[in-house]
Amino acid sequence: MTNRNLYSICQWLLFSLLVSSAASAMDNDQVFYTAGVEIDIADADEGTLLTWDGSAWAGGDRQKVWLEFEGEALDGDVEDAEIQLLYSRPISEFWDVRFGLRHDFEPGDTTYAVIGVEGLAPYKFETEAKIFVSEDGDFSFRLEQEYTIQITQRFVVVPHLEVNVFAQDVEELGIGAGFSDLEAGLQLRYEVTRKFAPYLDFVYETDLGETADFADALGEDTEEFTARFGIKAWF
Amino acid sequence: MSCLFRCRAVMCSAVLFISCMLTSAVSAQEYFLTVDDITVDITGKPTKAMGINGSIPGPLLRFQEGKEAVIHITNNLNEPTSMHWHGLLLPGLMDGVPGFNGFKEIEPGDTFTFRYELRQSGTYWYHSHSGFQEQAGVYGPMIIEPKEPDPAPFDREYVVMLSDFTEENPASIMRNLKIDPAYYNYAKRTVIDFFKDADRHGWKAALQDRAAWGEMRMDPTDLADVTGYTFLINGQTAEQNPAFDFKPGERIRLRFINGSAMTFFDVRIPGLKMSVVEADGRDVQPVPVDEFRIAVAETYDVIVEPQDDRDYTIFAGSIDRTGFARATLKGGGIAAPSPKQRPRAVLNMADMGMSMAMGDDMPADSHHQHEGEHKHGDHAGHEGHTQEDHERHMRQMRETGTYDPDDVGASHDHSTDQHKHQDSAKPETMDPSKMDPSKMDHSQMPHAGIDHSEMGHGDMADTHTDHSGHGDLPSTEDQPRGWGSGFPEESRVLSYADLKSLIPNDDLREPGREIVVNLTGNMERYLWTLNGLKFSEADPIQLRYGERVRMTFVNDTMMSHPMHLHGMYVELDNGQTTHKPEKHVVNVPPGESYSVLITADEPGEWAFHCHLQYHMAAGMMRKVVVAQMSAEAMPQ
Repeated sequence: MTNRNLYSICQWLLFSLLVSSAASAMDNDQVFYTAGVEIDIADADEGTLLTWDGSAWAGGDRQKVWLEFEGEALDGDVEDAEIQLLYSRPISEFWDVRFGLRHDFEPGDTTYAVIGVEGLAPYKFETEAKIFVSEDGDFSFRLEQEYTIQITQRFVVVPHLEVNVFAQDVEELGIGAGFSDLEAGLQLRYEVTRKFAPYLDFVYETDLGETADFADALGEDTEEFTARFGIKAWF
Repeated sequence: MSCLFRCRAVMCSAVLFISCMLTSAVSAQEYFLTVDDITVDITGKPTKAMGINGSIPGPLLRFQEGKEAVIHITNNLNEPTSMHWHGLLLPGLMDGVPGFNGFKEIEPGDTFTFRYELRQSGTYWYHSHSGFQEQAGVYGPMIIEPKEPDPAPFDREYVVMLSDFTEENPASIMRNLKIDPAYYNYAKRTVIDFFKDADRHGWKAALQDRAAWGEMRMDPTDLADVTGYTFLINGQTAEQNPAFDFKPGERIRLRFINGSAMTFFDVRIPGLKMSVVEADGRDVQPVPVDEFRIAVAETYDVIVEPQDDRDYTIFAGSIDRTGFARATLKGGGIAAPSPKQRPRAVLNMADMGMSMAMGDDMPADSHHQHEGEHKHGDHAGHEGHTQEDHERHMRQMRETGTYDPDDVGASHDHSTDQHKHQDSAKPETMDPSKMDPSKMDHSQMPHAGIDHSEMGHGDMADTHTDHSGHGDLPSTEDQPRGWGSGFPEESRVLSYADLKSLIPNDDLREPGREIVVNLTGNMERYLWTLNGLKFSEADPIQLRYGERVRMTFVNDTMMSHPMHLHGMYVELDNGQTTHKPEKHVVNVPPGESYSVLITADEPGEWAFHCHLQYHMAAGMMRKVVVAQMSAEAMPQ
């Protein structure tokens, strides 16, 4: 991670917090905060896979500062790790706009500008759509969706989907223009309490299009199925 | 002394004075109260709470009309407190709401003396107006005896103060709701419920119903935002089962007060007819009922006359059916069993002020219709519905429900904006066949130009309405549908339309203007507002001293909101002409609208809010200012 990136992240953090707290103070918005994570472990083809996906926010009804983080490690080596620092505000009854910065620690060491929306689409699909522009000017798009099926009051089944699309090849990441990868899963979760829920997540991941071709050429696996056992927890 | 409050309180301060709750004939006009941090053991688990004079609820305050009340409040908490005298007509400063009329919170260790003339009689209550202290236990009952002989005399009287107790810290409840508004909902619709509906009504109907709710992104199971409560009568649990003694043949006055933070109750006494003689402290012409739904912060006095030498159960089930409060009228002899809790209702499209045009094979009209007192119209009015109507209405709903700081418009001139007035003011909402088209399509309004004086045959808070919109799944015995559903067909349930003031109204003027108050919110964000604005963002509602206004509540949300105006009574526009009932809380069920008339004869700054504690805290509140003003300064 370069100093420049560290610098811009810190700058953004400070700026967001200032704007948020100043505006909140003005309209007497009550400020709340929370943090939560889903962390799980799986026996993958190449070793023990650990994945995490979490977020934290602070703010009021009008605006929030979000910290989102996700990644995975194989046999203890971090393979993917990203963090996003975002400012968020409502734009309609069910939708928020979010913008800010993303930094990938692995693979590579890249900072992105982020803008996107998050909300509840008709028929209650939890949806997140984001556009990223890397410091090298590469464009990409990510769509995440999930849907909660209530089997009983505490047992839920959550199908979820994530796709990434790139506007151009990104050679150093082995990515080709177009659809690059897809992750589809089915999470079976039992909410012991709202704040603590163990789960089993069946996840299928695959590279797509040229990205898959590149991986093939390097002799890497292009798809994987894992059964992950984990915990969802927040406070 | 006060053995009725068996909450085993560990007091943090000396109890200076506790009046005996039931039998006291003392009409002391001066009370010394302390607000204390206490530990109570109500659920079996010692819980930090707050109380008055060390107990939950606080002591019964008994006064006499025409005298002066003097109440000293000493704050023994580690945070500021306040005390509001709910429903009382008094000078603004004495109303006890921080930030209003120059009233400042009572700091820890300080004492404030409230002093005011008692200009009314009846059953009232008092509670903190600071933070979440009311939920934490800072509330108590109050009786003001009438100067004249009571028009509804009785041999015995008992206060029945209902409340909802939680082991949780109320601030944590608010936080959980802000993070996950469905946090406390353990009655969500499941796949199993879907199969049940498919079994009852067919696959197509069940699927269409799920699709309709899914499309709107709404939840028909949101009857109560908060659960996990233990329900109390006079601080006692259903297991403790407080006893009220009587002798057969006596007239017993039960003074019901709903001192809950969030809970509506359905109240009944199996085997006994109740005669409602007072609502919100005001005498009404007796209404015989089998049961009534009591909104948060309402009071109802009923007379019962048990003739038999036996016990009767006073049963108050929360409307989300997560529990009940219970007490026993003890006549000796045979013990009374606790009645069975009834099935929980789910909301339907009519609760959104709309119905869906989904398919005519749906058996929407097959629900039973009550004749007699509560006439339900036929559903002929639904014929004109189109998908377009539906979408337009949804847009309107979203517009009012959306968090838009530019959408002010708290006040409307009576002469303009006619459509809105006719729609919103028309309180015929018990009849979905009439209500829905009017809300959905202005051009189809058959009664454009209707005079307000002709309106008000409505039955807004009619809890007996088993109304369903076109396309709604019909109620079944095990699955009632609709906010006001779930009462047995033969049961006579109190509705606002039944209430008639015992004495004629003083002010029979027509209102000079109308103020439309949209009750708005967003359950996905746990946002509760009036006209789309939070308290902190909105200007006060200005009333000219002496003016008469119509205020119309239009509930754009899926929840019922008990709207409370401080300082002045409002008259329900319930079809009465000269005997409109006066109330301090007007409950507006989901998707409905209701009009009240106000004579602005109490100068001051008055709080006006939804009395659901977490809705008020979220911002569902306004300041109403009554002041002398020039014609030019009058808001349009």
